[in-house]
Amino acid sequence: MKSDQADKSELPKAIWAKVDGRTELALSGEWMRGSVPEIRGEELCAWPDEIRTESLGRFDSILPAYLLRKLRESEKLDPCLSGLPDNLRGLMELALKVPERSDAKFDAREPHGLLRMGIVSESAWKATVSMLAFIGDTVVASLRFFTGRAHFRGKDFWLIVQDCGVGALPIVSLISFLIGMILAFVGNVQLASFGASLYVADLVGIAMVREMGVMMTAIIMSGRTGASFAAHIGSMKANQEIDALKTFGFNPFDYLVLPRIFALVLMMPILTIYSNIIGILGGMLVAAGVGIPPQLFWIEMLTIVDLTQASLGVFKSVFFGAAIAISGCLQGMNSGASSSAVGQATTRAVVASITSVIILDSAFAVIFTILDI
Amino acid sequence: MREPARSTKISVQGLTMAYGSFTVMEDLSFDVMEKDIFIIMGGSGCGKSTLMRHMVGLKEPAAGEIHFDGENFTSADEAKRLSFVRRFGVMYQSGALWSSMTLAENIAMPLEEHTDLKAREIRDLAAYKLALVGLSGYEDYYPAQVSGGMNKRAGIARAMALDPDVLFLDEPGAGLDPLSSRRLDELILRLRDSLGSTFVIVSHELASIFAIANNSIFLDTDTRKQGATGDPKELRDRSDNEAVRIFLNRGVTSGKRDQP
Ligand SMILES: Nc1ncnc2c1ncn2[C@@H]1O[C@H](COP(=O)(O)OP(=O)(O)O)[C@@H](O)[C@H]1O
Ligand SMILES: [Mg+2]
Repeated sequence: MKSDQADKSELPKAIWAKVDGRTELALSGEWMRGSVPEIRGEELCAWPDEIRTESLGRFDSILPAYLLRKLRESEKLDPCLSGLPDNLRGLMELALKVPERSDAKFDAREPHGLLRMGIVSESAWKATVSMLAFIGDTVVASLRFFTGRAHFRGKDFWLIVQDCGVGALPIVSLISFLIGMILAFVGNVQLASFGASLYVADLVGIAMVREMGVMMTAIIMSGRTGASFAAHIGSMKANQEIDALKTFGFNPFDYLVLPRIFALVLMMPILTIYSNIIGILGGMLVAAGVGIPPQLFWIEMLTIVDLTQASLGVFKSVFFGAAIAISGCLQGMNSGASSSAVGQATTRAVVASITSVIILDSAFAVIFTILDI
Repeated sequence: MREPARSTKISVQGLTMAYGSFTVMEDLSFDVMEKDIFIIMGGSGCGKSTLMRHMVGLKEPAAGEIHFDGENFTSADEAKRLSFVRRFGVMYQSGALWSSMTLAENIAMPLEEHTDLKAREIRDLAAYKLALVGLSGYEDYYPAQVSGGMNKRAGIARAMALDPDVLFLDEPGAGLDPLSSRRLDELILRLRDSLGSTFVIVSHELASIFAIANNSIFLDTDTRKQGATGDPKELRDRSDNEAVRIFLNRGVTSGKRDQP
């Protein structure tokens, strides 16, 4: 039995052969991970009439995995496993016990070229339609709310107001103050060369109240609150909490989306006014550093920043707030039911809300130019 | 054992369930009688939770109809459907408690919205429902602060909040220790006897099934049709469907053992 011993520790082999009109599979060697099995004559048949294993050594999962693949390919209903050692046959029988459910498999082929373009444009179209539908739902639900036919929990609403109002103050303060300072610095460098440093006040004032205050607040709120809306609603969905709302007769839209939209639409103007003030203070500080006293700064600024100018940014902030809240809630409600899907929904919410804010702002710029304000 | 006076509570007729083109089960037809403890059983992944989602109206049937108290639930309009849904209590497989609320608030929320009770009474009711499922003293814990089995029991307490006509429980016994599991069986029988509730329960705990159930449906994974419907004790001994007998005998049939 010396030669047998030698065979068993050799490289793994699966030799398929035809002997007297019958097909035969001879397994030999050590079928362990790390060694590449030598396979010959596989094409002879789908599954052999006989299996020989005299010189088969130790094996781990790669042997049963190989056999299972061959068995599946052969599609034989009652394949012969008799030549296999008992432990291996037991494993194979266990693996075959529950038949493969072929229609449970997803089509995993990568789409190519035109097909992929088609898929991308179809999903972009679907995203647009679902956004429009969601805006429509929001309008309908708000109407229901104001006619007393929809309601949510006051406690939820105030918690959200607190989170997206007071909770956002530190970051809004920091960013606005820095933006005000940067505007004054950059403006002063240019204006000083004309000896017109005083006009820094006009520059900072107009830039803050018309654009920078509301824009910075909107971007902060997209990253902070839009993302948190999407993550919160998405994880509620993943955990079947939204189903639970439905089966208690609560309308998830009224309960989750409306309070968030109302809260942000309420808080955005307030945060914008706050951001404007802090930004102007930042500008004042820099101006004081280059020899413009705060009183003078203030008086000069008021020659150009009147109530009309100051209200433009606040006016826009209402729409930006709605856009951010709608993007966040929409992505949350459309999120898939897994933790990775919630992550994707959050990303999409931030991208969608910043994009919609910029698009809205461009539209407002055109409208205000036409109206000459 | 069945008294003739009981009426049909839920009647499912020719129901086909599908996710897109993937058919989960075809042509299910069965009746759940008033005060039944009705078990949905079958191998994991065969569509038990999906069937429950259809019965509570969260998913549209691909074909077939569901009737409640003789009224068509599937084709009912939104208002009508809501009025049905308010008479259900549902416990989801994952518990699905609202994670931003404490256990007591979870139970209180439906009460606040659908009843005129005062805060004090609501608080008492929430404590009582939690006590019924063995969670006295956990009123102010958040779902993330209690174990999976406790989440599940709190989910049952929430499902019972409005004293519903029909309670749907998705695997209430899974993940519970043997004692909690027995208490749960006792609770279900008590509620049926005292409040006259009907139960639809997804379960594979054979001991508990034989202890409480008087009606059931078996979903057969291989044929994707209903295997059998009826009293599980009778199905175990006398069903003409072999898959059902094997399932109810834990794979052991008529003295012959299945492969270990
Ligand atoms: N959202 C879904 N999308 C696609 N297939 C699903 C979805 N949910 C469940 N399924 C499939 O439906 C079948 C039944 O699932 P389920 O009802 O959860 O089974 P169980 O009997 O274990 O409760 C499974 O094969 C599962 O893969
Ligand atoms: Mg399930």
